[in-house]
Amino acid sequence: MNLKTLSFKGGTHPPHNKGTTENLKVVQSKQPDTVAIPMVQHIGAPCEPIVQKGDQVEVGQKIGEAKGFVSVPVHSSVSGEVIAIEPRLTSGGSAITCVVIKNDMKDTVYEGIVPTAGIDKLSSEEIINIIKEAGLAGMGGAAFPAHVKLSIPPGKTVDTVILNGSECEPYLTADHRLLVERPEDVVDGLIIFMKALNVKKGFIGIENNKPDALEAVYNIVKGKEGIEVVALKTKYPQGAEKQLINACIDREVPSGGLPADAGVVVNNVGTAAAAAEAIKRGMPLIKRIVTITGKGVKNPQNLLVRIGTSFRDVIEECGGFVGTPGKVIAGGPMMGIAQYSIDIPVIKGTSGILVLTEEEAKLPESSNCIRCGKCIEVCPINLMPVNISNYALEDRFEQAESCNALDCIECGACSFICPAKRPLVDSIRVAKREILAKRKKAQSK
Amino acid sequence: MINELLWPTVTLGGLAIFFGIVLTYASKKFEVKTDPKVEQIRFLLPGANCGACGYAGCDALAESIADGSASVSACPVGGTVLAQKVADIMGVTAENSERMVARVLCNGDKENAKEKYIYQGIEDCKAAEMLAGGSKGCKYGCTGLGTCEKVCPFDAIHVINGVAVVDEDKCTACKKCIEACPKKIIALVPVSKKVRVLCKNIDKGKEVMGVCKVGCIGCRRCVKACEFDAIIFENNLARIDYEKCTNCGAAQRSVPLIQFLMKQNRKSGFCRFF
Repeated sequence: MNLKTLSFKGGTHPPHNKGTTENLKVVQSKQPDTVAIPMVQHIGAPCEPIVQKGDQVEVGQKIGEAKGFVSVPVHSSVSGEVIAIEPRLTSGGSAITCVVIKNDMKDTVYEGIVPTAGIDKLSSEEIINIIKEAGLAGMGGAAFPAHVKLSIPPGKTVDTVILNGSECEPYLTADHRLLVERPEDVVDGLIIFMKALNVKKGFIGIENNKPDALEAVYNIVKGKEGIEVVALKTKYPQGAEKQLINACIDREVPSGGLPADAGVVVNNVGTAAAAAEAIKRGMPLIKRIVTITGKGVKNPQNLLVRIGTSFRDVIEECGGFVGTPGKVIAGGPMMGIAQYSIDIPVIKGTSGILVLTEEEAKLPESSNCIRCGKCIEVCPINLMPVNISNYALEDRFEQAESCNALDCIECGACSFICPAKRPLVDSIRVAKREILAKRKKAQSK
Repeated sequence: MINELLWPTVTLGGLAIFFGIVLTYASKKFEVKTDPKVEQIRFLLPGANCGACGYAGCDALAESIADGSASVSACPVGGTVLAQKVADIMGVTAENSERMVARVLCNGDKENAKEKYIYQGIEDCKAAEMLAGGSKGCKYGCTGLGTCEKVCPFDAIHVINGVAVVDEDKCTACKKCIEACPKKIIALVPVSKKVRVLCKNIDKGKEVMGVCKVGCIGCRRCVKACEFDAIIFENNLARIDYEKCTNCGAAQRSVPLIQFLMKQNRKSGFCRFF
């Protein structure tokens, strides 16, 4: 196996801290007593619950119906009784309607869960429909509905599918373990996406700090036509959609555009494996691999967790906290969201739970900009974070907009590299929010 | 000798007369007619160019008042005194509008409102808003990071003990803070009306009690106490209709009753009517 490593311009090298969990096999987590399954786990319209309090549900049974095109249904991850339908806190920070199910521990599978006719016999529309009904939303973190990505609007042509296995976020090893343990599912998922889009070219991009994953996938892909495994340079944010496209096929997504504008559809390897699961076994997305890691947790692990299990249950299964936790983050340290409560459910986009110690969680003191230009050097989008940030801090959002603030992908590479520890990405996010609010206001007038 | 003096005098004098005639002719021929009222009104306006009136500045407002497209009381900063003077110039009578002031409808300071997490980011309410709606337990209340304080051109609003408070003497009702506040909890009210509901929480009473000691729990005592139907109760929250409110204070007197009904472990009243 001899692969050339590809990459993009810019980026940075945060310590990746993956050593703790990268060699730990994925373990099936304990059955939780209750699960709270939010009706919104994706970007788009919320689902409407189709069960009532007191109903008996089974594993894989649909409990939330998608409303609108950009939306995916939600399924039960356990069998048992619905004990409540109420708003509960979720990792996004707001309360969302959740279906709370008391687990009867019998793990009865819903009768509707049967394998489909198989990839060869299904048409493109049928595949997209199965993917939608299986509740697939991007499992890399943003949770964009998978069937929407696969439905290319008229006027655009797509010729390539890229699977994102770079997992550039420090600490996380969920995708890594998936690639090592279930490479055939990932590759099958890619074939499914290629069939759905009717394209002939597929790539699987994996960072070269995961040689075992590269090898495992390479062995499966060998001899399969049109599919290529790409080794990517270990660099943050290698897994960002636009950077991945740039690295793999040297195309650029236009400002404000989507990957489809560059003729590409990008999906996470986790989503691909879930698609394979849905097509091969008929099982919707009800479990996902979550990396529970960080110095603040006793036994870091890669767990296969049922959607709706609370963070508390998952952390307890990993031996609980070491001392007082400084910060609990849903996702990785660069783009994850810090949580103030651990009574929140694991959702489709929860790739990791990172527990930092009090010492690690301390924020460095921010000082004046020394105009070193490092943030500009590392910005993967070729923006000038220092300028946008300064405008944002002075409430000069029009100037921030003219510096293309909206193209920022909020990867945080600039904030990480800044020697003065300026709040770069924080302020750019404020600017983006303000610019979008202003546009919305102008539109409604 | 005489020539050396004469010729320059004659030349320069001649030029001066020539240009004088040209300029005088031009000033008559190309004269832009301006309304003298614009000048007079502009002189009266404060000149801060704050933009509170909605026009580009005091000049623009003066022009608009003079041509009748803006009301004589359009400048919120000058108040009734200014409106009267402008009305005199315009030869109309100013409608007697009362001075408005901004009020922050939240009383959840550091003692009263529970914090749900420690916020360490940039000192800006809009930034904190993105993290689960700010660090306060109540998602409707004042974030207390002073975005309003930053935008106020008159130094009239300050964050005191975790909640923004308006200095009503300095406030000119320019609405800058109202626009900037991500929680939308600042409202304009007539300055004489002293009764107010300092809460925007529309959750049920039990949830309000969990996050704030002074939140409106929707007990409706104040609604019953008001003889003028000035307190409207909607969405689990009391709201005052200032057209009807007479500052009678009956609602305020209903507070002891509420305290009586309160659970023992809570020491102060929920309602802060004053």
